[in-house]
Amino acid sequence: MAPRDPWFELRRYTQARIGQGRAGCATPTQPQLEFQLAHAMARDAVHQAWSVEHFAQVLAAKTWQSLALATPILNRRHYLQRPDLGRILAPASRDTLQALEVPAPDVALVVSNGLSSTAVETHGLPLLAAVIEAYAECALSISPICLVANARVAVADEIGALLGAKASVIIVGERPGLSAADSLGIYLTHAPQPGRTDAERNCLSNIRPPAGMSYTAAAAKLAYLTRQALQRQLSGVALKDDMREGAVPSDGEPMLNAR
Amino acid sequence: MHYSATVNGRQLRFADLRILMGKASPKRAADELAGLAAESEVERAVAQQILAEVPLTTFLEQPLIAPEHDEVSRLILERHDPAAFAPLASLSVGEFRDRLLADGGDLSALAAGLTPEMVAAVSKIMRNQDLIAVARRCRVISRFRNTLGLDGRLSTRLQPNHPTDDPRGIAASIIDGLLYGSGDAVIGINPATDNLHNVRTLLELLDDVIRRYQIPTQSCVLCHVTTAMELMQRGAPVDLVFQSIAGTEAANRGFGIDLALLREAKAMAEALKRGEVGNQVMYFETGQGSALSANAHHGVDAQTCEARAYAVAREFSPLLVNTVVGFIGPEYLYDGKQILRAGLEDHFCGKLLGLPMGCDVCYTNHAEADQNDMDNLLTLLGVAGCNFIMGIPGADDVMLAYQSTSFHDALYLRQVLGLRPAPEFESWLERMGIFDGDNRLSANSAKTQLLGRLSTLIQ
Repeated sequence: MAPRDPWFELRRYTQARIGQGRAGCATPTQPQLEFQLAHAMARDAVHQAWSVEHFAQVLAAKTWQSLALATPILNRRHYLQRPDLGRILAPASRDTLQALEVPAPDVALVVSNGLSSTAVETHGLPLLAAVIEAYAECALSISPICLVANARVAVADEIGALLGAKASVIIVGERPGLSAADSLGIYLTHAPQPGRTDAERNCLSNIRPPAGMSYTAAAAKLAYLTRQALQRQLSGVALKDDMREGAVPSDGEPMLNAR
Repeated sequence: MHYSATVNGRQLRFADLRILMGKASPKRAADELAGLAAESEVERAVAQQILAEVPLTTFLEQPLIAPEHDEVSRLILERHDPAAFAPLASLSVGEFRDRLLADGGDLSALAAGLTPEMVAAVSKIMRNQDLIAVARRCRVISRFRNTLGLDGRLSTRLQPNHPTDDPRGIAASIIDGLLYGSGDAVIGINPATDNLHNVRTLLELLDDVIRRYQIPTQSCVLCHVTTAMELMQRGAPVDLVFQSIAGTEAANRGFGIDLALLREAKAMAEALKRGEVGNQVMYFETGQGSALSANAHHGVDAQTCEARAYAVAREFSPLLVNTVVGFIGPEYLYDGKQILRAGLEDHFCGKLLGLPMGCDVCYTNHAEADQNDMDNLLTLLGVAGCNFIMGIPGADDVMLAYQSTSFHDALYLRQVLGLRPAPEFESWLERMGIFDGDNRLSANSAKTQLLGRLSTLIQ
C-alpha cells in the first residue's frame, strides 16, 4: 500500500481529499477506490426515483394531509434534460388543484426529490415535522403537503398561485456532491405566481444533520423569514436575514440546486 | 437573408445566419433546450455545408445580435482591425478552416482581425483534432508575478476551497497543493460567501503565504467585482480581480456587471502595481450555457455566445481566462462527449482570439460523465497547449460540489507530455526541494523542511 502523506493529519481541518499519497504521479489504489464509491453514491442519489405514493402513506400515518401532484417529466433522464418542464405542473395536477376546496393558506408547502431522492428519503420527514411545528407555533396556516416528483424550484410558484397562498415553500433535494449526497434545500417565495425570478426567493441550503444545518435550525429560520416576508410583502434579495443567533447561511449557493 | 439546400429531393431551409449557426453546431443539450439545435443529423450536416460557404465578411455585415441593443456587439465591431483581417477578407468559413490547417507557424497575429462569430463558425466545421492542431499554434503569454503560457509549459490554479471558508481548512489544502507542485497560475479561492470581512480574511491569508514563502505566483479570492473594488478601496491586498462574464450585455447584466464597471475595476487593480514581471490583473471565468441560463442569448447558440464572452475578456488583457466547461450541468452539456467537445472548442476559440486560455476540466454528479472523461479532455488539452488547469485535492471540490482535476492529474500531464510549470515557479519548486530539477516531485519531497514551516500557517 502506498503510504499517505505526512500531512494527512491536517484532514482534521477539512473534508478535502488532502495528503492522499501517490503511486508515481497517480492517486494510490485505496483513495482512488474511495473516490469511485463516493461518486457512485452521488450518481445513485441523482438517478434514484422517488416514490411519491410511499411517501404519502408515511405522511398519512402521521395524519398529515398530503396531495400527490406531477410535472410533465417522464423519467430522471428527461428531468435532467428539461428543467423547463420540471418547473410546471402536468395538466391533470393543475385540474386537481383547481378543483380543491380548501381555504387559501398562508403557506403552500411543497416537497420534491429534486436532484437527490436520497436527500428527501433521509431528511424529508423529520424536516417536515420541524417545519409544521414551527409554523404552528407562529400560527401560520399551511396547505396540504404537495408532493411532486421530478420538480424544479419554480413549480412552487404555480402551486402557490393555484392555492391562493400568500407564500410558497418548497423543500427540495440538492445537487449531490461527493462528500454529501443527501442535502436538502428550502426556497421561500412571497406572492407566488409563474414568472417569479430567483432573485425573488430566499434559500436555506445544506440541510443534512449532523454534518449540515439541523432540522430545527432550518425550520426556525424558515418561520422567521416567512413572517418577515408576509409582514413586509416581499421575499428574495430585498429580504435580508437579520436573524442573529445560530449563524446559518441565508443564501445558499444557488447553482447547486434544482432550478 | 435565408439559406437553403436540397438533399435527396428534400429541401432544407435556414431562415438566417443566426439559425444556420445553431443548426450547424455539434450536438449539445443547451441548443436543444433553447430550440436552436438541428432536428436531424442530416440537417446538421447540411447546415455545416452551407455555413462553410458563408464569406467571413458576412459576420461583419450581419451581426447576430444587433449592436443597437447590445454593447458586446458594439465592442466586437469597434475593436475589429481591418488590417489584421485583410489576409482573410476574401475567404469563406470553409476556406478559413483550410487556411488555418495549411499554414505553419504562429497564428497569434490573426487575433485582432477575427470576431468571435467567425471563430465560432469555423470551429463548428472542425473536428476535435483540428481544434487541437490549430490551438497549439496560438501562443498567448501573460505576466504578473510569473510568466504564463510559454511553449512547453502548463500551469495550475491551486483551488483550496472550503465549505465554510475556514482559514485552517483552506491552509491545509494550500499546503497539500504546494507540496504537489500546484499553484503557478494563481492560488484562487471560491469564497462560500461574498461577505466583505470574510473575503478580506482570505485575501490576507493568501498574501501572507505568498510573501512569507516568496512564492512567484498571484492570489485571487473569486468574489464579485464590486466586492473586490470595495476591498481595494479599503486597502486589502488584491492581486487579481475576478469576474464571471458572458457574451451578451443582458447576460452580463445578470452577473451585475457591464464593460464600464470592468474598466473601472481593472484601473483600480493596475494602480496597486502589485505585479512583478507584468501587471495583467484580470481573471475571467466563462462557460457555454451562461447566456441561455440567464435567458439572455437572443436566439444565438451556446457556443457562439461563449465565443462572444471572449471578446469581452480580451478588452481587458487578462492574466487568466478559464472556461469552467462542465460546471453548468447536463441541461447544457449532457455527457462526457459534449463536455469534451465544448472544452476543445472553448480553448480553440479563446486562443485564436488571443486569450490566455485555461480550462476547468470538470463535471457535476448529475451529468453523464466521470473521471475517465476528464482524463480524456485533460490529455487532449495538454496536447492543444492549454495554459492552465485546476488543481483540487483529490479532484473533489468540497465547497462547490463538483469534480475537477487533481494535483496528481497535473503531475500525470507533466510526465506524459513533458510540460513544465511557469519558469519562475519551477525554480521556486526546485529551491524548496519539492521538484527534483527534472520536472518531477522529489523522492523526499514529503520530508521537505517546507512542510514544517508551512504547518505554522494552521496555527
